[in-house]
Amino acid sequence: MSVVPTSPMIERGTATSRIAAIAVAIVIALLAIAPQFLSAGAVDRMTALFIYVILAAMWNALAGFGGLVSVGQQVFFGLGAYFAIRLADAGLNPFLALFASGIIVGAVSWPLSLFMLRLKNGEFAIGMWVIAALTHLLVNLDRLVQGETGTSLISLNVYDASIRRVTIYWLALASMTALLAALFGLLRGSTGAAIRAIRDNEDAAASVGVRVTGTKRLLFVLAAFGIGIAGALWLATSITFQPKTYFNVQWTAYMIFMVLVGGIGTFEGAILGALVFFLIETWFGGAGVWYLIGLGATAVLFSLFLPRGLWGTIEERFGLRLLPVGYRVKLPANVADGGMIPSQQATTYQEKA
Amino acid sequence: MTHPQQQAVLAAAGIHRRFGALVVLEAVDFAMAADEAVGIVGPNGAGKTTLLSVLSGAFPPSAGSVSFKGGDVTALPATARCRLGLVRTHQVPKPFSGMTTFENVFVAASHGAGLGRDEAYEEALGSLKLCGMLGVANRRAETLGLLDRKRLELARALAARPTLLLLDEIGGGLTDGEAGELVDTIKELRRRKIGIVWIEHIVHILLQVAERLICMDAGRIIADGEPQAVMADPQVIHAYLGGGPK
Ligand SMILES: Nc1ncnc2c1ncn2[C@@H]1O[C@H](COP(=O)(O)OP(=O)(O)OP(=O)(O)O)[C@@H](O)[C@H]1O
Ligand SMILES: [Mg+2]
Repeated sequence: MSVVPTSPMIERGTATSRIAAIAVAIVIALLAIAPQFLSAGAVDRMTALFIYVILAAMWNALAGFGGLVSVGQQVFFGLGAYFAIRLADAGLNPFLALFASGIIVGAVSWPLSLFMLRLKNGEFAIGMWVIAALTHLLVNLDRLVQGETGTSLISLNVYDASIRRVTIYWLALASMTALLAALFGLLRGSTGAAIRAIRDNEDAAASVGVRVTGTKRLLFVLAAFGIGIAGALWLATSITFQPKTYFNVQWTAYMIFMVLVGGIGTFEGAILGALVFFLIETWFGGAGVWYLIGLGATAVLFSLFLPRGLWGTIEERFGLRLLPVGYRVKLPANVADGGMIPSQQATTYQEKA
Repeated sequence: MTHPQQQAVLAAAGIHRRFGALVVLEAVDFAMAADEAVGIVGPNGAGKTTLLSVLSGAFPPSAGSVSFKGGDVTALPATARCRLGLVRTHQVPKPFSGMTTFENVFVAASHGAGLGRDEAYEEALGSLKLCGMLGVANRRAETLGLLDRKRLELARALAARPTLLLLDEIGGGLTDGEAGELVDTIKELRRRKIGIVWIEHIVHILLQVAERLICMDAGRIIADGEPQAVMADPQVIHAYLGGGPK
């Protein structure tokens, strides 16, 4: 026995995932030209969908990949809108204010992470909710906001309504695309592997050299930034800012719904969940309290019968991976059956099955 | 002590560790050279795993200090000690259960050993191969049995490229054949000049690798030296008989 002719290879994508990448590019291109063919109402709805996708993807990254379950993510949604109001009031172009606001939300989340990430599991989840409630109260104190009366992003009104609508649509589409791409890049890289390791066992992650706190902080800040952008975009579509609408825990409830239904911890799942939520809202959103009951019932049914969500189940059943972040080892046939492993040491622990 | 501690790569001095009122380690001194293979035995609850945790930085000692490669690492967390080359395994395996076997090991290669992507792939595959785990490389760790989880502990620690490896009962529950394979693997690590501290109840496996044996009982080191001499030490025999043999 001499040299092993072929060695194991690491595969990142599959044939399907390469097709999926092309399909994603085509879908985004089609979405970019879609406003020409859509009614004003449909453009607004699609904008909402893009914002939902951002929210779901961010919560999924935090909880599904990083194990950081928060029920207070509305704090960043609310702050995203609030800082946009403030910046626009200070004279910044309202469209620029949306993105500057996201950056400020990210910056604010950094010091916040210093003490929030010391909390574990349930304490972290509830702690974030407390932070959201406190922040809501603080924002109410701002004279500009006038308590629960609220205010609006008036400087957007100088733009013609149809131009404004399409501009916000494109900004939302571009934000969603950029944020998803950034998230995908992060989760697919070695930092992503560290993030999942921390989720599964923090002590073990530290024992093999993962910088636990720094890695969690990066994820926390990225999620805050993304959700801040989403809040600012939502403000742009609705113009009015009432603190209780934006700092409402319902936003986090929606995020959780989308992620659980779509499939927690899979990149595709969050996007699919947002789509499902969007359709349910479109069809049943007018049903008032029954709509909320329906949402709750759907969530319960999923957790009982499809705990891995739609995508998790599809992935398991059909081995389908469209946007995989993991690693596959492809063994040459002779190594897989142990035939070519030359030395005595290498046959140690040979699998029997 | 009988062993000259010239150029001790790892040294612990005056280690105490309490959990509440329970004193688990009491005035433990330990030092070893980089090329040593040290076995640790002792009855259940003697404090072996706790000592390993203090050495690896999983938690700090209540008193005392740890130095590694000439620097004081007492205040350094496990992450930093791992990156310096001091890596442990866990008695109760702690796999990253939602990740594949390969991914578990890859995390150690890219973060513990600090390798770039391609080098990390190679390192991870190499340690999987050495531990005979290539065949389960794509299995999610949560689907692995206890035996494979223990192998994974070893493979993952190895991928972090340790200079000193702290092993905690990786040989429990093995058949004779499997134990022989494990010994071969550890001997290969010795050839690669990796220092070993190995806690194991199954002494005859341990003695095939360890050049020096330490026996702990009730939070103290009660014997330290040449393996046969330690096994014959009356205090050691008493600890096992008095404490109930394993
Ligand atoms: N985190 C902890 N909190 C409280 N007590 C602990 C903790 N860890 C260990 N102990 C106690 O410390 C003592 C020593 O435990 P340790 O795990 O170090 O023993 P050991 O020598 O490794 O035993 P074994 O051979 O059974 O693995 C035991 O009595 C154990 O119950
Ligand atoms: Mg132990």
